Amino acid sequence: MNGNRVAVIGAGMTKFVRRAQETAKELAWEAAHLALASCEMTLDDVDAVVIGTAPDAFDGVHMKSEYLSDGCGAWGKPVMRGYVGGGTGVFAAIQGWYHVASGLFDTVLVVCEEKMSSCQPHPQGAFLTIFDHTTERPLKPNLLWIFALEMNAYMNRYGLDKRDIATVAVKNKRNAADHPAALLGDPDITVDDILNTEVMAWPVQRGDVSPISDGAVALVMSANHVARRATPKPVWVEGVGWNLDTAYWTNRDLSYPVYVEEAARMAYKMAGVTEPRKQIHIAEPYDPFDYKELHHLEGLMLFDKGEAPRAAADGVTQRDGDLPVCPSGGLLGVGNPIAAAGLMKVAEIFWQLRGEAGPRQVPGNPKRGLAQAWGDLMQVGTVIVMGV
Amino acid sequence: MSLLHRIEHAGDALAWHGDMPTLGRYTAGIAGEKFFREIMENGKFLGTICPSCDLVYTPPRLYCEQCFAQLEEWVEVPTTGIVETFTIVHLDMDGNRLPEPRVMAFVHIDDTDGGFVHFLGDVEPEEICIGMPVEAVFKEPGERQGSILDIAHFRPR
Amino acid sequence: MKEHVYESVYLRSKDFEEGRVLFETWDPNTHYAWDAGIAIGRYLQGLKAGQLIGRHCPECGRVLIPPRMFCESCFCATDHWIPLQDTGTVITFSLCYVTWDMIRLEEPLIPAVIEIDGASTGMGIMHMLGDVDPDAVEIGMRVQAVWKPAEERTGSITDIVHFKPVE
Repeated sequence: MNGNRVAVIGAGMTKFVRRAQETAKELAWEAAHLALASCEMTLDDVDAVVIGTAPDAFDGVHMKSEYLSDGCGAWGKPVMRGYVGGGTGVFAAIQGWYHVASGLFDTVLVVCEEKMSSCQPHPQGAFLTIFDHTTERPLKPNLLWIFALEMNAYMNRYGLDKRDIATVAVKNKRNAADHPAALLGDPDITVDDILNTEVMAWPVQRGDVSPISDGAVALVMSANHVARRATPKPVWVEGVGWNLDTAYWTNRDLSYPVYVEEAARMAYKMAGVTEPRKQIHIAEPYDPFDYKELHHLEGLMLFDKGEAPRAAADGVTQRDGDLPVCPSGGLLGVGNPIAAAGLMKVAEIFWQLRGEAGPRQVPGNPKRGLAQAWGDLMQVGTVIVMGV
Repeated sequence: MSLLHRIEHAGDALAWHGDMPTLGRYTAGIAGEKFFREIMENGKFLGTICPSCDLVYTPPRLYCEQCFAQLEEWVEVPTTGIVETFTIVHLDMDGNRLPEPRVMAFVHIDDTDGGFVHFLGDVEPEEICIGMPVEAVFKEPGERQGSILDIAHFRPR
Repeated sequence: MKEHVYESVYLRSKDFEEGRVLFETWDPNTHYAWDAGIAIGRYLQGLKAGQLIGRHCPECGRVLIPPRMFCESCFCATDHWIPLQDTGTVITFSLCYVTWDMIRLEEPLIPAVIEIDGASTGMGIMHMLGDVDPDAVEIGMRVQAVWKPAEERTGSITDIVHFKPVE
């Protein structure tokens, strides 16, 4: 383990809603002040702030992190913003970690926020500019294409069945029915319900896609000596990893997320995890699409390549299964405000390891979990391993 | 014509054109909704008070940025204030000359710790000075839409 | 855990349409004029001439398409242009029934990643498939470029209309 020991000691979030009335700043404050309240801290205890919000075009505000800063408790404090698209949620926690691990700060407030509903007529207007402006945009692409192309490559490579993949959407939406912040929780949804939704860009159907949302999440991270005084149950950061692949996505093997594997290796090494399948008790991989949860589980080396769908269909990844995956309900069930979604997963691991996840609680006293996020042009893997 | 060729003027350079097709739609927010409705319906300004920091925010805020407390105390604040600073604008956003110069000022609202950036009107630019007392001029009730432009401008008082 | 979740206010589309909430709109009017760059400039020139062009990396030996002036894997300058064929293999594809702003299409668009003959293995470009029955498209299918007539080509990826199955 590099640097000083760092723990997550508090967490707070807003509901994830389709369109929030709150301004982006108000959303950020709602999550941030609840995070501080959860560990009985005030702004005076916060030494630095890390803001994750990606990208400016969604909220429609240039220099968005500076705009958000007062709602993030950053007035008069050192602030850093990073963004790696959807990978930001976990990346912000990683940044919070190294702020404290470096010894420079004792307590850091990490705030992630996204207000997708400000981007009209559809956030795709901003999103699709991720395609190369000269060699790809003249073909008038739709962002769904890259996910559909990746999903097809993955399915084709391993001969996967859509029914098995759809079980992930069902699991997550059912899990989300127990999450107070969830947008699309549904305790009764079935695989047929998913497979009967309209085809958007085959093989992607509407039921395979997580809803875009507005929302914010915040965490409080502290050094050892502060954490032990602040709470009887700090959740320690054991390993972090992050990795970026080339933007030349048409030159890559889309059936496997090698950048997630690289990030996972870095995090596992730091955490001393040599047998992830035994040593990781809960996983919250990024699930903007149902197939992505499986794709990422393989990249995290928790299942062999091509094997995750069958395991999901067999119930291995249910809350009471051998390896609970996305007990929160994930993006598919809770919602997808781009940067905040990843941090929601970190918060979930935090609550799960403390036994505070209520009806979502994974049984058996889990001791170690991981959260992973993904973003950009299918490029970035960000991983955090936490334990008690 | 080849795509790789010498040019005489920078403006002749071939470029690939495109745009980012987005329209921003911004809600007024929880605090903003109340603030702008009060302007729209009653031609009055509101503020929120942070009792711990002894601050009166206008435009009003849901939370105090200094101590993070939720602000629940709303007050009516004056529609008068002082010019803290101003500038006389001659060019539009694209660099074209405006038909008439416009004056923008930051007006510190009396009895508060806040204020507004807005136009100054009914005054000659040469007469403006920092510290000048001004008052808000509202549009007619029927013309107001719940926007910062429901204030037409500030004028000397 | 409920006490850690704030009840943000959920709005419906109607709240905006019927003026029940106050909001402002702004068109950022963002227009861009990008340089194609040295590599893509040459690529576009090749397209105008009816040819796909790749670029060679002296260290890893890969033939790269889209061409680039440096190899991102070896981090060295690439050294020469390589003319490629206009045939290839479908690596992956999709059948898309919606536009980017979610309007339904009757006939699907067929975007694909096509590995180009003459470039290194796995070197694909994105383009559309056409002149093909959507149900007949398969990964591994051999395809060839359909070019616009020379006088209509402008130096754009759309100088290739689409790729169709090889006869």
